[in-house]
Amino acid sequence: MTVTVNGEATELAEDSTVEHVLARHLGPERATSGVAVALNGEVVLRTEWSARRLRPHDRLEVLAARGGG
Amino acid sequence: MTGSRCSPREEGADIDDPLVIAGVSFNSRLIMGTGGAPNLDALEKALIASGAELATVALRRVSPAARGSVLDVLDRTGCRLLPNTAGCFTARDAVTTAQLAREAFSTEWIKLEVIADERTLLPEAVELLDAAESLVDDGFSVLAYTNDDPVLALRLEAVGCAAVMPLGSPIGSGMGILNPFNLSLIVDRLSVPVILDAGVGTASDAAIAMELGCDAVLAASAVTRSREPATMAEAVRKAVEAGRLARRAGRIPRRLYAEPSTTFEDLPDLESGPHQD
Repeated sequence: MTVTVNGEATELAEDSTVEHVLARHLGPERATSGVAVALNGEVVLRTEWSARRLRPHDRLEVLAARGGG
Repeated sequence: MTGSRCSPREEGADIDDPLVIAGVSFNSRLIMGTGGAPNLDALEKALIASGAELATVALRRVSPAARGSVLDVLDRTGCRLLPNTAGCFTARDAVTTAQLAREAFSTEWIKLEVIADERTLLPEAVELLDAAESLVDDGFSVLAYTNDDPVLALRLEAVGCAAVMPLGSPIGSGMGILNPFNLSLIVDRLSVPVILDAGVGTASDAAIAMELGCDAVLAASAVTRSREPATMAEAVRKAVEAGRLARRAGRIPRRLYAEPSTTFEDLPDLESGPHQD
């Protein structure tokens, strides 16, 4: 299925979870502290990452800190 | 609504009093923005030179290739993190961004920014107040970036903001404090901390803010986009301290005509020639 991750179309296996996308997008080494996820404009709590399954055409935003005023 | 009340910012306030925001004390009254620095190393040096104990960060899409993080810099410099909602145009976006920041950084502090347009970056007052109220209800400590409007500042305090952050002039404009009279009214009428946000172009602007009675100053572009960020950070830090000292000392009134500091009594008679009856 195709979902949009940070604005880019991404092919994922059926039954993929938010956690799967993070592992792929951040790489397995990268810590997930300082990361937040929005799914279709709503916050996905850290505690829900492993259980939350994605559906075709979902819009996922994976966010982290950036310098800002 | 709060009416006139005893201002905690009377001249003569104890100079050693810490800045207290939402129950947390800070010795430094300079808050740093972390945007605009040429690189993380320059930012780190500027943060150290600024003495800041609180610094803002934004939330953006992760770039997997990025090396190093502004979070590591804040960690090393011991700065408490203040996430912002920069780039939000609606209350809904700002509230969602604040919730995302809470998830990412495990803090309920949020510098709330809701802007009206990209050209001026001026606050969108109606959306701002709406977002502030929602976030306070949701348990956030809200530091609200706002116009230099005393009425709106009072409304933000009334809905429970932990601090109110009026602009001196538009973000990144470096135009200083365009309406010192409004800023004085805000300082005089609010009980929560008033933090000058936006518009600082150089050290003297920060000193003026403190002389007007602000509790703290936020500087970002003035430092990070200067030729020597660490040097400017030191200058702004000293200006904040100088301005607070001057506020405590109490400035003399402005006068139209001169007022001699040396008495005219006992002035010698220096007419040429001997005494004549």
